[in-house]
Amino acid sequence: MAAGSKRLIGVAFVAVIVICAARPATLQERATSATRIVSLVPALTEMLFAIGAGPQVVAVSSFDEFPPEVKSLPRVGALLDPDMERILALRPDLVISYGSQTDIQAQLARAKIRVFNYRHAGLNGVFATLKELGAAVGRPADGERLAREIRSGLDQIQARVKGRPRPRTLLVFERDPASLRGVYVSGGVGFLHDMLGIAGGVNVFADVTRESVQPSIETMLARAPEFILEVRATGMLAPADDVAQAKRVWGALASVPAVRQGHIQILSGEHLVVPGPRVVQGTEAFARALHPEAFK
Amino acid sequence: MSRIRAPRFDAPEALDSVDAPQIGGSRDAVASAVPRPIRTRLLTTVTGFGLLLLVTCLVAPLIGSSPISLARVFDRSIPFSENVDAQIFFVARMPRVLAGAVVGAALAAAGVVFQALLRNALATPFTLGVSAGASLGAMLAIVFGATLSAGPLSAVPLASLAGAGIAAAIVYRLATMQNRAMSTTVLLLAGVTLNSFFSALIMFVQYIADFAQVYRAVRWIMGDLDLGSFDPIVAALPMLAISFAMFAWLPSSLNLLSIGADAASARGVDVSRTQRLAFVSASLATAAAVSLAGPIGFIGIVVPHLVRLIVGVDHRLVLPASALFGAAFLVACDLAARTLLAPLEIPVGVITAMLGGPFFLWLLVRKG
Repeated sequence: MAAGSKRLIGVAFVAVIVICAARPATLQERATSATRIVSLVPALTEMLFAIGAGPQVVAVSSFDEFPPEVKSLPRVGALLDPDMERILALRPDLVISYGSQTDIQAQLARAKIRVFNYRHAGLNGVFATLKELGAAVGRPADGERLAREIRSGLDQIQARVKGRPRPRTLLVFERDPASLRGVYVSGGVGFLHDMLGIAGGVNVFADVTRESVQPSIETMLARAPEFILEVRATGMLAPADDVAQAKRVWGALASVPAVRQGHIQILSGEHLVVPGPRVVQGTEAFARALHPEAFK
Repeated sequence: MSRIRAPRFDAPEALDSVDAPQIGGSRDAVASAVPRPIRTRLLTTVTGFGLLLLVTCLVAPLIGSSPISLARVFDRSIPFSENVDAQIFFVARMPRVLAGAVVGAALAAAGVVFQALLRNALATPFTLGVSAGASLGAMLAIVFGATLSAGPLSAVPLASLAGAGIAAAIVYRLATMQNRAMSTTVLLLAGVTLNSFFSALIMFVQYIADFAQVYRAVRWIMGDLDLGSFDPIVAALPMLAISFAMFAWLPSSLNLLSIGADAASARGVDVSRTQRLAFVSASLATAAAVSLAGPIGFIGIVVPHLVRLIVGVDHRLVLPASALFGAAFLVACDLAARTLLAPLEIPVGVITAMLGGPFFLWLLVRKG
C-alpha cells in the first residue's frame, strides 16, 4: 500500500511538474487547481477519477471502494472519524469533506488548506457537484463534459421506458434480514427517488419530503405498492436465496399488489447507493427491474 | 442517577410517602386504607384500571394513519389476502396494540417490584443493567450475526434476551455471594456499574460497526412495537406468564420488605426468598418486554408513581393497577407515535420519554 501510494504521489508530482512546465500558470490558476487532494466522500472520489483528476488524489476515506485505483491509497477515516493528523501529514492543498464536518473544516481553515464542502442533494446535486468539483481541481471542462454524459445516459434510459405503465414502487434500502422490522424506504427527495422516477417508476412515498422514511406496516399496506425494489450495497445471501427469503418476508402483507403478483426484486451493488458517476448504471438497473420488456 | 441508600439508614421515620406501606405508619396511607377492606379496594381498583385498559385496547386499533372501514374489515365475502382494511386491522394494528399492552404491563409491574426490592423510589426495570445487557446483545446481533433465527424469533430479539439474561445473572450472583439476604446496596451498585460497563461495550461495538448498522442499533434502542405479526408476542408469552405468576406471590411480602429487611424478617417474611423471587420475576418480565420491543423507557417509573398517587402505596393494589395502567399507557403512547406525524412515525420510546422525563423531574423536585 505504501509503495503504491508513493508511486501514485510520484506520478501526481510528475504530472503537476509537467503541467506547470507546459503551461505557465497564472497566480489565479494556481489557486484553483489542486495537486494533492484528500477525499473523504466516496461519491466525490469516483467523480475525481472520472474527470481525470485521479492522479491528484493522495488519500481517500475508509469507505472508498471504487474505482479500483483507490485500493492502494492511504485511508484517512470518514464522516465520523476523520483522522486530522494523517490528513495534515499528507500536506493536501484540497480536502473534500461533507458539509456537516464543521470541526475539520475549521481546523483546515486554520491550516490554510482549501476545503470543498459536499452536500447530498438528489441527481441535480450530482450535476452541480461535478461542475463545481471540476472547477475546484482545475478541470472545469472535464466536469461539465461528464455531467453532460451522465445527463444524456439518463435521458436515454428515460426514453426507453417512456409510455410504459409506471408501477407504484416501494424503494427499500434497509430491512431486518428475517422480518419486516427496521424497514427504510426512499422518500420524495434524494438521488434514489430521482433515479426511480427516471427508471419509469412512481415512488409510493413521493409525498414525504425526506430522503429516508421508516414506514409502519400499516402505511406500507395502505400505500399498496405494485412493485417492491430492494436495493443493497452488498448482497448477504446468494441472490436466489435472497429473493426467496424476501418474498417469504413480504408475504405477510398479502394484500399488497406487488406481493400478490410476485413483483419483488433485489438489486445489490455499491453503484446503486453511491450518488457518483455510476448513477447511470444504477438507474439502468432500476429500469431493467421495473421494465424488463423495454430492454429486450 | 439513582440515589443509593443503605438499608441501615432507612429507618421507618425516614421513609417518604411513596415508599411507605400502610403498616409502616404513614398517616395518610392508613387514613385512606382504614374505611374499606382490601378485597373491596382491590376489586374497584382492578375494575377501574381494567376498564381503562379495555377501552384503550378497543379504541386504539380503530385509529391509525390510514382510514379503514370496520364493515370491510369484518366482511367475510372479501378474501383476506385482498382485503386491505382487514390486513391493516389484523396485521398492522392488532399486533401493535397487543404488544403495547403486554410490554407496558411487564415494564410497569417490573418497575413496582424493583422499586420495592431496592427500596428506592427512582429504581426502574433498567436500573440493574438488564436493558444495557439486552442492548449489547441486540447490537452484537445487528453487527455480527444478523441472519440467524430460531422459529418466530430472529437474531436480534434472541440476542437481546441472552444479553438481558447474562446481565441479570451477573447482578444476581454478585448480590447473593454471601448466601444470605440480598444487599440492596450491592444490587444497586452492581447494576449501575454493569450499566456503565455494558454501555462502554455498546459504544465500542458502535465505533467499529458501519454506519447503517449503528443507525439500526440506535433505532432499536428507541423502541418499536410495529411487529407485523403475532408470532413474536406468542414467543414472549411463556416468559411473561411465568413472571406474572411469580408477581402474584409478592405483594404482601413487598409491603413488609419496603420497611426494611430486618423489620420484614421480624414479621415472618422469608426475606431472602422474597428478594430472589422479586429479582428473578422482574428481570424475566423486563427481559421479555425488551426483547419484544426494545428498551422503552420511563414506563417502569412513571406508571408506578402515578398509580401510587391514585391508589396509595399498598403493593396488593399498586402491582395489579400498575400492570393494567402500564398496558393502557403504552398502547396510548404508541397510538400517538403512529398517528401524530403520519405517515412518519415517532419512535414510541421518544413519546414515553417525552411524557416521562418532565414527570420524573417533577417527582425529584417534589421529593426534595
